[in-house]
Amino acid sequence: MTNGWVDMKNTDMMLIMGGNPAENHPCGFKWPVEAKRTRNAKIISVDPRFTRTSAVADLFCQIRAGTDIAFLGGVVRYAIENNRIAKDYLVNYTNAAFIVKGDFKLPADTDGVFSGFDAKSQSYDKSTWNYAGTAGGDAAHAASGSAPPAPKLPEKVEFDLTLQNPNCVFQLLRKHYSRYTPEMVERITGIPREQFLKAADLFTSIRKDGDMKKAGTIIYAVGWTQHTFGTQIIRTAAMLQLLLGNVGRAGGGVNALRGHSNIQGATDMAGIFDNLPGYLKVPTPADTSFDAWIKRITPTSSKPAPWDSFNYWGNTPKFAASYLKALFGDAATKQNGFAFDYLPKVDRNYSWVQLWDDMYNGVVKGMLAFGMNGVAIGPDSQKNIDALKKADWLVVGEIYPDETSEFWKSPGITQGEMKQIQTTVYRLPCAGFAEKDGSFTNSARWLLWKNTALPTPGDARLDQAIVAQIFLKVRELYKKDGGKFPDPILNLTWNYTVPTSPSLTEVLKEVNGKALADLEDPATKQQIKAGQQLPGFAWLKDDGTTSCGNWIYCGSFTEAGNQTARRDPSDPSNLGLHPGWGWSWPANRRVLYNRASCDADGKPWDPTRKQVWWNETTQKWVGNDVPDFKVDSKPKDHMGPFIMNPEGVGRIFAPLGAFADGPFPEHYEPIESPIDNPLHPAQTHNPVVKRFKTPDDKYATPKDGYTVVCTTYRLTELYHYWTKNNPMNVQLVPEPFVEISAQMADEMGIKGGEKVKVSSIRGEYIAKAMVTKRIKSMMIDGKKVYQIGIPIHQGYRGIKEDEGKDARTLVNLLTPTVFDPNAYTPEFKGFLVKLERA
Amino acid sequence: MSQAILRVQKISGHAGSVPGEGTQREYTVCKLIDTTTCIGCKACEVACMEWNDLPFGETVFDNTYQTMPETRWNYWNLILFNEHVREEDGSLMWLMRKNQCMHCAEPGCLAACPADGAIVQYTNGIVDFQQANCIGCGYCITGCPFDIPKMNPKTHRVFKCTLCTDRVSEGLEPACIKSCPTGCLHFGSKDDMLDLAGKRAKQLREHSNFPHAGVYDPPGVGGTGVIYVLHDATKPEIYGGLPSDPHVPWTVKLWKGPLKWLGNVAMVGGLIGLFVHYLRFGPKAREEEDINPSGGKP
Repeated sequence: MTNGWVDMKNTDMMLIMGGNPAENHPCGFKWPVEAKRTRNAKIISVDPRFTRTSAVADLFCQIRAGTDIAFLGGVVRYAIENNRIAKDYLVNYTNAAFIVKGDFKLPADTDGVFSGFDAKSQSYDKSTWNYAGTAGGDAAHAASGSAPPAPKLPEKVEFDLTLQNPNCVFQLLRKHYSRYTPEMVERITGIPREQFLKAADLFTSIRKDGDMKKAGTIIYAVGWTQHTFGTQIIRTAAMLQLLLGNVGRAGGGVNALRGHSNIQGATDMAGIFDNLPGYLKVPTPADTSFDAWIKRITPTSSKPAPWDSFNYWGNTPKFAASYLKALFGDAATKQNGFAFDYLPKVDRNYSWVQLWDDMYNGVVKGMLAFGMNGVAIGPDSQKNIDALKKADWLVVGEIYPDETSEFWKSPGITQGEMKQIQTTVYRLPCAGFAEKDGSFTNSARWLLWKNTALPTPGDARLDQAIVAQIFLKVRELYKKDGGKFPDPILNLTWNYTVPTSPSLTEVLKEVNGKALADLEDPATKQQIKAGQQLPGFAWLKDDGTTSCGNWIYCGSFTEAGNQTARRDPSDPSNLGLHPGWGWSWPANRRVLYNRASCDADGKPWDPTRKQVWWNETTQKWVGNDVPDFKVDSKPKDHMGPFIMNPEGVGRIFAPLGAFADGPFPEHYEPIESPIDNPLHPAQTHNPVVKRFKTPDDKYATPKDGYTVVCTTYRLTELYHYWTKNNPMNVQLVPEPFVEISAQMADEMGIKGGEKVKVSSIRGEYIAKAMVTKRIKSMMIDGKKVYQIGIPIHQGYRGIKEDEGKDARTLVNLLTPTVFDPNAYTPEFKGFLVKLERA
Repeated sequence: MSQAILRVQKISGHAGSVPGEGTQREYTVCKLIDTTTCIGCKACEVACMEWNDLPFGETVFDNTYQTMPETRWNYWNLILFNEHVREEDGSLMWLMRKNQCMHCAEPGCLAACPADGAIVQYTNGIVDFQQANCIGCGYCITGCPFDIPKMNPKTHRVFKCTLCTDRVSEGLEPACIKSCPTGCLHFGSKDDMLDLAGKRAKQLREHSNFPHAGVYDPPGVGGTGVIYVLHDATKPEIYGGLPSDPHVPWTVKLWKGPLKWLGNVAMVGGLIGLFVHYLRFGPKAREEEDINPSGGKP
């Protein structure tokens, strides 16, 4: 989130879309309710079905799954046409005024793709997706040879503050979304024109007559991310929020609701293959040295000449050097590039779906599966089961016997077949969440320490103890037998009091980082002695005198102790900041980009919600929140509030390599869709999305008989594939079900409670029908389309499953193996099925 | 149930005085349920099960998100889910109402109960079942206009929400209130809750397109210790059959009112007849009858 859970109480307007927080985040949902109660804030709920969130919303729109960009693009158009935009904000804090290169082309002019598309490789040459300007840009692009250096942003960007230049970002934006008329939105999304206009009017009403006081928020979850254009949906939301001047504001922002208690922490700590902790980009084989890597990943500022840009990622060398010092200690020296050679170089895609594909193809031989149930998670569970059959070994750390560890006896496998499976499965009893301490990082980026509530039962062990012991054994073998490249393993720092079970307190201290030499701040003369914990990332050095496991977590465990364990509930500003409760990254700042909560002179847009402001007397930025800005940058210097972008401003146009599939989001259909794309029927899908090619990878069209749009989701009553083992949860939702509309049920003669079979081209799911008015049939581009929804929680292991009381099928037997080209998230949320009585 | 600091003001099937009656100026407690901010998360259902240590039961899928069709002897707190189409504009509402004992000021269950002390009402308004005194007749079930008390078929004892008497008597809120994540549940004095409910209903009428929003506190049972804010107070039935004007059933009223009086008359008449008979015909030979002149209550 740019903002946070508690901050939602400050809002005047909520667009909740691609998420169902009342269902999946009931505790956090208290804050939207608080805003309704105390501010008369409005909720607009846009969802494929009427949800628990819709039940308390002021306006509901039923959208066809996977058409969110069309809806949001329509709102962008509505805001521009009706002049409900934040003009000053737009000009000063976004790249709306920047001029884009003349050879850049929009999909309307290029058959549904942006300029630079190469159909053969299904990828873009992004050199036209750039600003016009001087230095950088063109020269680099013109270089010839097999591997030309990547094009760069110009140092000095051409701009037009009147926003009239036909090639300025604002005019391109207007042109691009002028096609997203209410009629087009209706054809694509199925939302009747009048209903869409009501929603667009309500959401943009906060900028009526140019008033800047009110703030609106956009709240989403995996209903947006789990599409083959998921990242671009979120981009559209971000652009809309920039257009309305809602980013950086209390009660504003673009707010991702993270589904698990620590999923934000997992991303922050690089639980993804293309990042290192703190969102540093991983080295590739082309990065032959530390310096080459740093040169590639450190941006230089790119802005209109009279403006200033902090370009905070310019500090990348400090973050990277300190990270390597934390990993390899004394073995990382300035001379050896801080042991850069020890870092693995990522040569291709190692994302979730790709890993299973690799296992299926015999490339990946074994898997350590902790804290997840890979077969059930899918997509295409059958492919995952088939992949595991081919693996040599599988280690599962779990608290229950799960679908993954019992893949070899999944429904449909015969005794004879079972004997053929040679995979060795090790099942290790792990600790449950209440049996571990450590920190959770919540959706609001708050790190909150928790204590152990219970001892681990029986032979169960802490996850970190299991991983540590595996590591120590591997290191022992390397020490004994040598190996191709033992150095990274032998030199990894492992200075824990109990090496076989590292204390998580020690780990957090290590992640925060410490001084390796005596340090002094030249401005304040503050000193830090060697060995002391660092108070924040401003102290990080690129010369090897600091170590830090994750720069954004620097400040979480200082000499003053574990900041994440703080529990001071006070909130002097009454803005829900609670600065003494836990600790949030970065620098305990609760709302990101909060400089944008003030006008160009540094005065808050809304004097009743003062976050930060420019103090003329002290010539500093001060506030209730920690300013997300260079504290002594005078307003007249015009430094942009979006300090993580080299431009210093928010990107309505995302230049160059920021995204794989376009600088503006364009509506593309899900890989399986009931219609051709009405915007450009010849280019229905996201052009850069690739399909997999194993015999298990099949993709259907309506011509194959799969005409019903299916989406999947979670329930309040159950937690993933876990709580089906708990009698309390099972009592609340005893059986799997499929939600279908009353019209569809009537037409097919299905009654509520009767068994139905849902089939995709990949698999079948059997459950009872829930016939409801909360889903309706839709008119999509003139065609009547049915939409159904299935909660994901059941499988073939659990209380009811073991009793044989349900069909023991997994929802993800239905879902396709295909993913978003930017975040690599699979498309769980929109695909085609057929439905019949079972 | 803990009765540490609770005093009784009404007792079922009881002859004579009630110790707590009129002796305390304790305010009446009240649960406020704002159905307009309920998301049906069932945290209250789970909290009720956990706090009261109720055994798990079997449930089956019934074409709804609702856990089971109605409350059970071992499931006292149940959110009712109802899909409702608004007449005004055809828009859909998904109504969620937490259903449990309403803790009526004039409880039909207590009135109907013939067993001395099986049902009591404390001075703070909580209506509580004392299973040790229950005779399993089930009259309380008939007496309840909200269809709440349920009998355990094995033990023939009747159970329902206690309003967490044990927690409230120690100054804590009921378990369901504590667990509510959205703050749609509130607990306090009846006056405070009525005030809060009235303000919320006004806000809904003025700002949220619910011109008929209002508070449910039915006078037919003397008001309730559980009150609702409803989007449309003119149609409580749409919330899973919440009665629009609940009363103690006429059978119970008849029985506990005129019939009881008639019965007493009949009994006293019988005694008088007996006495007259005695005066007229004298005692039965070699048989003494010990006549208790006080008419026993049923």
